[in-house]
Amino acid sequence: MAIANTGTIDKLDKGPLSKFRIPAEARIFMVLLGVALIFEILGWFLVGQSFLANKERLLVMILQVSVIGIIAVGVTQIIIMGGIDLSSGSVVALTAMVSASLAQTSEFGRAVFPSLTDLPMVVPLLSGLVVGLACGLLNGFVIAKTAIPPFIATLGVMVTARGLAKWYTEGEPISMLSDSYAEIGSGITPVLIFLGVAALFHVILSYTRYGKYTYAIGANRAAARVSGINVARHLVVVYAVAGLLSGLAGVVTSARAVSGQAGMGMMYELDAIAAAVIGGTSLNGGLGKITGTVIGVLILGVVTSGFTFLRIDAYYQEIVKGVIIVVAVVADQYRQRHRRS
Amino acid sequence: MLSLAPEKVVAAAAEAAATSQPEATLLIEVEGVRKTFPGVVALDNASFRLRPGTVHALMGENGAGKSTLMKILAGVHEPDKGVFRLRGRDIVLKSPLDALEHGIAMIHQELNLMPYMSVAENIWIRREPLNRLGLVDHGRMNQMTRELLRQLSIDLDPESNIIDLSISARQMVEIAKAVSYDSDVLIMDEPTSALTEHEVSHLFRIIRELRAAGKGIIYITHKMNELSEIADEVTVFRDGRYIGCMQTERLERDEIIRMMVGREVTEMFPKEPAKIGEVALKVQGLTLDGVFSDVSFEVRQGEILGVAGLIGSGRSNVAETLFGVTPASSGSITVFGKEVCVDSPQVAMAQGMAFLTEDRKDTGCFLNLSILENMQISVLNGEHLTAGFVHQKTIDQLCESMSATLRVKAPGLYERVENLSGGNQQKVLIGRWLLTNPRILILDEPTRGIDVGAKAEIHRLISRLAGQGVAVIMISSELPEVLGMSDRIMVMHGGRVTGILDRSEADQVSIMQLAAR
Repeated sequence: MAIANTGTIDKLDKGPLSKFRIPAEARIFMVLLGVALIFEILGWFLVGQSFLANKERLLVMILQVSVIGIIAVGVTQIIIMGGIDLSSGSVVALTAMVSASLAQTSEFGRAVFPSLTDLPMVVPLLSGLVVGLACGLLNGFVIAKTAIPPFIATLGVMVTARGLAKWYTEGEPISMLSDSYAEIGSGITPVLIFLGVAALFHVILSYTRYGKYTYAIGANRAAARVSGINVARHLVVVYAVAGLLSGLAGVVTSARAVSGQAGMGMMYELDAIAAAVIGGTSLNGGLGKITGTVIGVLILGVVTSGFTFLRIDAYYQEIVKGVIIVVAVVADQYRQRHRRS
Repeated sequence: MLSLAPEKVVAAAAEAAATSQPEATLLIEVEGVRKTFPGVVALDNASFRLRPGTVHALMGENGAGKSTLMKILAGVHEPDKGVFRLRGRDIVLKSPLDALEHGIAMIHQELNLMPYMSVAENIWIRREPLNRLGLVDHGRMNQMTRELLRQLSIDLDPESNIIDLSISARQMVEIAKAVSYDSDVLIMDEPTSALTEHEVSHLFRIIRELRAAGKGIIYITHKMNELSEIADEVTVFRDGRYIGCMQTERLERDEIIRMMVGREVTEMFPKEPAKIGEVALKVQGLTLDGVFSDVSFEVRQGEILGVAGLIGSGRSNVAETLFGVTPASSGSITVFGKEVCVDSPQVAMAQGMAFLTEDRKDTGCFLNLSILENMQISVLNGEHLTAGFVHQKTIDQLCESMSATLRVKAPGLYERVENLSGGNQQKVLIGRWLLTNPRILILDEPTRGIDVGAKAEIHRLISRLAGQGVAVIMISSELPEVLGMSDRIMVMHGGRVTGILDRSEADQVSIMQLAAR
C-alpha cells in the first residue's frame, strides 16, 4: 500500500509517570526478596543462623522446585493463551513410570520388560518425552475439536493418566534404574534443565510467531481468528508443547528418585499454576511472562525450604502457600481494574 | 400538531414543556433528558410522553437514541440531566430492579431468562411463595403461574423448562413476568423481530388486552407496517434528539421516513473519483441458512460499494461469510475471476481480502496488548519470518510508518491499545489490515463511535485506498456516510438484498424505503 508517509507518530505527553513504569516482574521480584528477608530475620531470631548465606540450602531450594518449574513453563504459555492444564501432575507420573520401566538394569530379576534392560539412556528419555507429548496432543485435540472447556478436558486426562500410571505395573514401584539414566536427576542437572527450558521459552514467547499468536489468542480469541490465525491448530500445538514439558518433568522426577512410582507428581499441576499466577500471569489470558513464572517458582521454593529451615511443621507451610496464591490473584485483579479506569 | 413541519413540532413541544404543569394523567413524562457516554452524546434534549392505555411506538435509525432512552426508563442508565416523571412525580431510578418495583418492566431484545429453570421459577424468581418451613412452595407457584397465563390467554405449562420453549413462547414468559409485577409500563424492544406471522398476531392480541387494562406500552420497532396495526402514537428520534410525535391514525409513511432521516447533510464525505477497474469480487446466490439468503453483487477495483440496512438485516453476517468467519451454506464467491471456497479467514486473506469487523472490542482489538502487537499480527508470515522468529526490526519500522500515516495518537508503539481512544483503536485495526496490502477491503462500521475528526480522516483514507485500486465494501448505519462515500449502495432487509442503487439515484428516503419495508 503506497500511502505517502505524512509525518511522524504523534506523541502524547502523559507525564513522567508513564515513562518509569515498573515492570510487573520487578514487583514480583520484590515480593520474592521480601519473603526471603522475612525468613532471614526469623532465622536469626529462631534458629540463630542465616537463611540466605548458605549455598547448599539455596541449591536444595531450587532443586526442590525445578520439576514444578519445568511444568510451570508449559502451563504459563497455556494460561497466556487463555487455557488451563490440570493434567501435568498425572502426566509426570505416567511418564515417570514408562521411562523408568525402560531404564532398568539387567541385574534386577523382576524388571517390567526383562528383555528391554540396559538400554542406552536416550531410549527412556525419548519415550518419556513421547508419552508427555501424546498426553498434550490429546488435551489439545479434545479442546480444539470439541468445544468443551480446557478445565474439563484436562481434568479428564488428569484422572486417566493417573489411572494408566497405576495400571502400568498394577501399582508396583519400578526400581533398579541405570546410572546413566539417574544422571538426568543428579546434582544440579534438574536446575540446569529448568533454567534452560525457561530461557528457551522466554525467547520463544517473546520473539517468535508462536509466541505472538499465543498472546493474541489469549487476549481475544475471536479477534485472533478474524486476524487470520488458525486458532484450533495453535491450541493443539501449545497443549502438545506443555505435554512434552510435563513428560520431561516426569523423566527428571524418576531419574532423581531413581525409581518410578504411580503416586509421583501429585498436585504438581496446582503448584505449577500457582507459580504462574504468583508470577503475574493472568487467568484471563493474554498477559504473563516466563520470567515472572520463574520468580513465582522461586517464591514457592523459598516458602517450602524456609519453613523447613525454621523447623516449623509442614502444614503451616501449606497454609501460607494458599494465602500467597490468593493474595497474588487479588493483587492481579486489582492491578487490572486499576489500569482500565 | 400533525400538519406542522418536524422542526416546528420540536419548538412546540419545547414550549409546551416550558409552560405546562406535570399532567397527572401521563404515565411517563420525560423532558430535556441528556445522556452522554465517553466521546458520544447518545441523547440530547429528549422528550417523550406515555399515556395510560396506549401503545406508543418509538422509531428512528440505528443510533438515534431509542435504546438509550429505553435504558433510562428501565433504570439501566441514569440521565445526566433532564426531567423524568412517573405518574406526575419526579423520580430517579437506581437499577432495573428499582424500575421494576416502580412498575416499569422492560422486555429485552436478548431475552433474560434462565434456560434450565421452569416457566414458573423464572416468573416468580426472588418472590417465590414459601411454605411454613420456609421452602419454596412449588404447587402454589405453579398455580399462580397458571392463573397469570390464563389471564393473558397464553397457553404454556408452568413446569416446562425455558430451554424447551420457542423464542416466541419465551417472549410470552417475559411478558407474563412483567405483568406479574403489576407493571403499568411495559417496554418492548423489537418484540416481533424473531416471530412468525402467527406468533405476531398472538403477541398483538396480548398487547391489545394489556392496553385495554390501562397499561402503557412502549414499543420500539423498525417495521413501518406494524405502526398502523398496533400503535396509537409514534415518537421519532434522530441523532439522539426528539423529532416529533404523532397519532398513527393520521400517519403517512413517507412523513415518518422523512422525520427519521431528515437531517441535513452537513458533514460531507466526498469520494474522490477513482478509476473503476476489473471486477474484484463477485458474489452469487450467497446463502447462510437461517441468516441471509441469495445475496448477489459485485465490486470492482477502485469502487466503493456501500451496504445499508438496519441492525438485523444480515449485512454484517454477509461480511463475515465473505471473509470465511462463518462459511456459506451455498452460493459462490469469485475473486478476480477465480472461484474460491472461502471457509476460513486464512483463505480469504490469501485472496487479498481484509476485514475490519463491526465490534472493535469483541472481534478487533487485543486490548491488553500493545499497538505494535495489534498491528503486526496479520503479517507474521513468510517474508517477515526466519525459522519462526519474527523480523522485529523490519516490522517495527512498518508499523511505525503505518501509524504515522494513519496519524495514530499515542505515546508510542508500546502503548496498550486499551488506553487509546476509539478512533485511534480503529486506526490501529485499519493499520493491521493495510499492512497486508489488501485488494479487497471489507469495512463494517468503520467510523462507529469515533469522534468527528478521526471520522473525516478515515473517510479520506478509504477514498484514497479506492483511488489506488482497492475494491471497498463499506457497511454503515449512517446514511450520510453511505451516500457520501459509495459509488453504489446495496440495501438489505431481513437477510435479503432489497435493492442496489446507483450513487445518482440514491438518497436517504429511497434507502430507508428499501431498508424498512
